[in-house]
Amino acid sequence: MGIIIGKDTKAIVWGITGTQGSFHTKLMLEYGTKIVAGVTPGKGGTTVHGVPVYDSGEEAQEKHHANAAIIFVPAPFAADAVLEALENGIKTVVIITEHIPIKDSINIMARAKQLNATIVGPNTPGIITPGESKLGIMPSHIFKPGNIGIVSRSGTLTYEIAAGLTTKNLGQSTCLGIGGDPITGLNFIEVLKMFEKDEQTKAIILIGEIGGNLEELTADYVAKTSYPKPIVAYIAGRSAPPGKRMGHAGAIIMGKAGTAETKIEALKKAGIKVAEKPNDVANLISQ
Amino acid sequence: MKLFEYEAKTILAKFGIPTPQGGLATNVNQAREVAAKLKPPFAVKAQVLVAGRGKAGGILFADSIEEAEKAAEKLLGMQIKGIPVKSVWIEEKIQTKKELYFGITIDRFTRSYVAIASAVGGMEIEEVAQKSPEKVIKFPIDPLCGFYPFQARQIAKKIGYSGSVLSELGRIFERLYRIGMEYDAELIEMNPLVETVDGKFVAADARIIIDDNALFRHPEYKKRLMEGEGELTPQEIEAMKNDLAYVKLDGDIGVIGNGAGLVMATLDTIQVYGGKPANFLDVGGGAPPEKIAAALQIVLSDNNVKALFINILGGITRCDDVAKGILEAKEKVGVTKPMVIRLVGTNEEEGKKILTEAGIDVLESMEKAAQRIVETAKSGGK
Repeated sequence: MGIIIGKDTKAIVWGITGTQGSFHTKLMLEYGTKIVAGVTPGKGGTTVHGVPVYDSGEEAQEKHHANAAIIFVPAPFAADAVLEALENGIKTVVIITEHIPIKDSINIMARAKQLNATIVGPNTPGIITPGESKLGIMPSHIFKPGNIGIVSRSGTLTYEIAAGLTTKNLGQSTCLGIGGDPITGLNFIEVLKMFEKDEQTKAIILIGEIGGNLEELTADYVAKTSYPKPIVAYIAGRSAPPGKRMGHAGAIIMGKAGTAETKIEALKKAGIKVAEKPNDVANLISQ
Repeated sequence: MKLFEYEAKTILAKFGIPTPQGGLATNVNQAREVAAKLKPPFAVKAQVLVAGRGKAGGILFADSIEEAEKAAEKLLGMQIKGIPVKSVWIEEKIQTKKELYFGITIDRFTRSYVAIASAVGGMEIEEVAQKSPEKVIKFPIDPLCGFYPFQARQIAKKIGYSGSVLSELGRIFERLYRIGMEYDAELIEMNPLVETVDGKFVAADARIIIDDNALFRHPEYKKRLMEGEGELTPQEIEAMKNDLAYVKLDGDIGVIGNGAGLVMATLDTIQVYGGKPANFLDVGGGAPPEKIAAALQIVLSDNNVKALFINILGGITRCDDVAKGILEAKEKVGVTKPMVIRLVGTNEEEGKKILTEAGIDVLESMEKAAQRIVETAKSGGK
């Protein structure tokens, strides 16, 4: 079980012949993910780690009927790749690529919504359902199967917290990064809804950061719906100054909006425990 | 990337949005020449990328060419919030009847652009929204359809206009949307958009922020940014050239890590233990040794840094690469300041071995490492 991906996931890798695409295809295959094809225009007919490469998404889909895609294509061409995946009927697309222009992301998300498809990212480490499947670039050895769902705006911070859980023998159902950009496919609320329906998930860790008001809206949602599963949160960026982008395109305090303080306050008001340090998360969740 | 007012106004004018007649001057002679071609009275405006320029004395008015010259001289010699004024924009002062607001920005939750309008212009729109939300109109733009003239007219109506001016205002709104799309603006606004005493509309001030990730489509502005004509410090430019994310802060502990979230959490943890970070620096994923070395050089070029904390959790970044980078930087720049290194993850053992053999201590816990760096900085970096 877990959410979005699992044993039945069959994926196509866009940008499979690039350095990152090829490297992570190998790691995903080693983890047991079913990677059925790759797409790189102009490289059709070749193979990468035994995976057949096609010139177009159309050809790849005709032969393999995949239900997921993972995108490693460089930012200027990423929107084209995502739209190609969507137009060929793929309903789950994970966008690893960082630095995609906002305008392109807005167009991608609008089209995905119209086609009823799920987008993870952009600028995400991807998604892993430990023991079943991973569509992403996360180091898999720090995860283990279990009952805790993780949803996050950050990559390495997710690894930090997941590794802490695994050491304490607390396994995970699904861990996913929604992405560090201002415009992302899934948001926290949508992922919470999915975790609510997933029987395997018993508790949730939410890793937020400065910028935007997604954490505040999530707190509202949790309070209003009396969300049934326990949530522990960590918010990064308490020491961030206003007006500066902290690495992620989405991590920026505009004027007085988007500070860690307002997010932490809103979450606490909704009854969510907020950890002071990444290391405290595992202790809070096991309580 | 923030554009200067004169750049934004030049773009608006090119797209047919009325702006005051004006010109740019970088010295007093130029100021006189510009003013001589315009009709008095004038507004002389410092071209700096800081908020609250007017309140800080960055906008002066002049009734004659001589006064405009003096105003330019004064502004060109001053600093606004620590930023030296390198140029001034001199324009014809507008006879204002009413100040409006119109802008387009992004809305994260609806994943779309949103048009924002108000009959109360001239001050920060966030302030208006806070004090009297009913005076701010928000209009989400469907990405698959775009922004139509009838929608623009609808907004004009909602801020209190009707009759023949409706179409004129609508055209201005629609043009601003087109500019926003053309220039990949994450924010574009006219504040104020002035209704003049003779019933015309003029963009008296304009602001454009281009999405940094779209700068590859706007090479002329990217070039200007990298040449240092803007808001970036030399360290920030150096970081950009090396594809590193760097932000200067005001403490004394230099910080380097991989991943934006992890670095932010590192800064926060340092603060929990009573320390003050000197910067944010994210080397990103899979950084090779040269990049780690460049990061060390940038952080250590800040004289406030007393001690350095490197926090790496290797996923696609390899710990041995990081270790090699640290040694490379040590050799190149002669790192004399104390370092605390936390290194776990991919190729951890190899990385540790390289550093321990070079006499550098490596810790495994982020908390313990943070505690140690705070103590080190407090004892004056000894």
